[in-house]
Amino acid sequence: MGGITLKQVRKSFGDIDVIPGVDLEIKDGEFVVFVGPSGCGKSTLLRVIAGLEDVTSGQITIDGQDMTDAAPAKRGLAMVFQSYALYPHMTVRKNIAFPLKMARMDPAEQDRRVNHAANILNLTDYLDRRPGQLSGGQRQRVAIGRAIVREPSAFLFDEPLSNLDAALRVNMRVEISELHKKLATTMIYVTHDQVEAMTMADKIVVLRAGKVEQVGGPLELYHKPANRFVAGFIGSPNMNFLEGEVAARMGAHAIGVRPEHFSMSTSQGLLSGVVGVAEHLGSDTFLHVDLDNGPHIIARAAGEMPVNHGDRIWLTPQEGRVYRFDAKGLAL
Amino acid sequence: MATRQTQSLARLMRAPAILLLLVWMVVPLAMTLYYSFLDYNLLNPGQTSWAGWFNYKFFYTDPAFFAAIGNTLLLVLGVLAITVIGGVAIALLIDRPIFGQGLVRILIISPFFVMPPVAALIWKNMIMHPSYGVFADVARFFGAQPVDWFAQYPLMSIILIVAWQWLPFATLILLTALQSLDREQIEAAEMDGAGAVNRFIHLVAPHMARAVTVVILIQTIFLLGVYAEILVTTNGGPGYASTNLTYLIYRAARLNFDIGGAAAGGIIAVVLANIVAIFLMRAVGKNLD
Ligand SMILES: Nc1ncnc2c1ncn2[C@@H]1O[C@H](COP(=O)(O)OP(=O)(O)O)[C@@H](O)[C@H]1O
Ligand SMILES: [Mg+2]
Repeated sequence: MGGITLKQVRKSFGDIDVIPGVDLEIKDGEFVVFVGPSGCGKSTLLRVIAGLEDVTSGQITIDGQDMTDAAPAKRGLAMVFQSYALYPHMTVRKNIAFPLKMARMDPAEQDRRVNHAANILNLTDYLDRRPGQLSGGQRQRVAIGRAIVREPSAFLFDEPLSNLDAALRVNMRVEISELHKKLATTMIYVTHDQVEAMTMADKIVVLRAGKVEQVGGPLELYHKPANRFVAGFIGSPNMNFLEGEVAARMGAHAIGVRPEHFSMSTSQGLLSGVVGVAEHLGSDTFLHVDLDNGPHIIARAAGEMPVNHGDRIWLTPQEGRVYRFDAKGLAL
Repeated sequence: MATRQTQSLARLMRAPAILLLLVWMVVPLAMTLYYSFLDYNLLNPGQTSWAGWFNYKFFYTDPAFFAAIGNTLLLVLGVLAITVIGGVAIALLIDRPIFGQGLVRILIISPFFVMPPVAALIWKNMIMHPSYGVFADVARFFGAQPVDWFAQYPLMSIILIVAWQWLPFATLILLTALQSLDREQIEAAEMDGAGAVNRFIHLVAPHMARAVTVVILIQTIFLLGVYAEILVTTNGGPGYASTNLTYLIYRAARLNFDIGGAAAGGIIAVVLANIVAIFLMRAVGKNLD
């Protein structure tokens, strides 16, 4: 059980409104990702839900109960911190068992749960080590283990992968997704990385300056961004925006085209430019193109494409793949 | 410092400092050792002669000697107990944001800047004096008989004064340790259901163990040699009730002009200090790894 509802939740530090007012409905068992640029208030929102920060106004209900003023420990949520926040002088076993010990659980049951969690997370061989003797990925797993044993109604993750190297990050991403499938518990996951958001989420909440810009499934955000900010944030490399005459011809203030939605040709097309950098990855080719009297854009071609620095190239946006925005940045 | 080459280079660079320290230490120690076997009195310097173990025997058979050792240990342990417990408590209090934080911290640290004889005099004449001290005023206000601190509780009074002087040092070190504790660890414990007491026992205390060790080691070194506070307040009395080892040596040297006896006392003090140091390192030194 772990439905969470936010009603007009507002949080300010002094005069600064970090979160001006958020309404959000998180269903039981959902994997929700808060995504947005650094400093937009993701961590603050998560900490407000956890009870580590008081709300300035608004209401938080968990499992239908008003938890707005409840202490963190009473909310039945478990959090995994960016720094892992393991207890350095305790062994892995003691770290994981700590919340159970605080709850005065029967020692046999404590052992059972710790061993079960260690099993799920491949930590069985490391139970007697201290956090200082573990690698980054193992520490991450201990932090998750400490969250699992409590059997919380929801997990909160604050950028849990940002301290790991790229390869490990991909592995842990998959492991966390699998964990969600296995436990089927609500998870709220904060990240600034839209790839993590797209790959893991059932539902993405895009935040900018404390405001919810759009809520939806990964592909919904990809196909139907509500505004220019979401359009630019979701998708990698970022969407290209063109203004002026080209956009006006399509009846918009600006148009957006994703790098993967250009048809490329070396002889003809709608837009023409000179290739700056060509990145040949084998599976894809990324071209950084300086358009003639236009902006710098990125285009992606599937597979190999024999184009190099200095070559002239023509680009045509694919039919039905052009996003149109008005002067305020809202999608048309 | 991993390779052999950098290691021998490092040794070479350290050598002058270590050599200087060694000379600094060995020469006075050797001279003291030498004097301790002489019958050498400043009242009669022409009569200096070899005394053998006499000075040591004299010190050892002096009834004041064991009293002084007991007092020294009581003084050290008493001050350590007050400063460590008080230091942790004050550090916990001023770690959280309070109004006028900067001023409060300066006020708490200020006793450390008062020189020991001055501090002792202030305590003697303005705070603990039986007729016009603050404590006496308070006692009279409640209708009680004022306590003559230095006559009735001489050693405890000195412990109080010395503890007051060292409390800021302990507080400062412990506060620094407290501030280096990761906020997220505290928050994680909070979410794990640990209340303030459990957070202190399971997180704060282990985190501060190292700093407490440092406080104990440094303070012990200085507390074994407390002297000024005794000189300006009780003069070691009444009887030998507040005489510690340092003060006993001072008496031998300056009141009796007995250089040989004082040197023997000094050597005994050095031996005792080393025994204490070894005990300490055994007991708490493993925290420093
Ligand atoms: N305790 C605090 N006091 C004052 N301002 C804060 C505090 N915590 C966060 N902020 C501000 O709130 C904004 C959002 O911070 P945060 O939620 O950490 O962003 P994110 O996690 O999205 O990077 C930032 O501008 C930050 O400076
Ligand atoms: Mg953050």
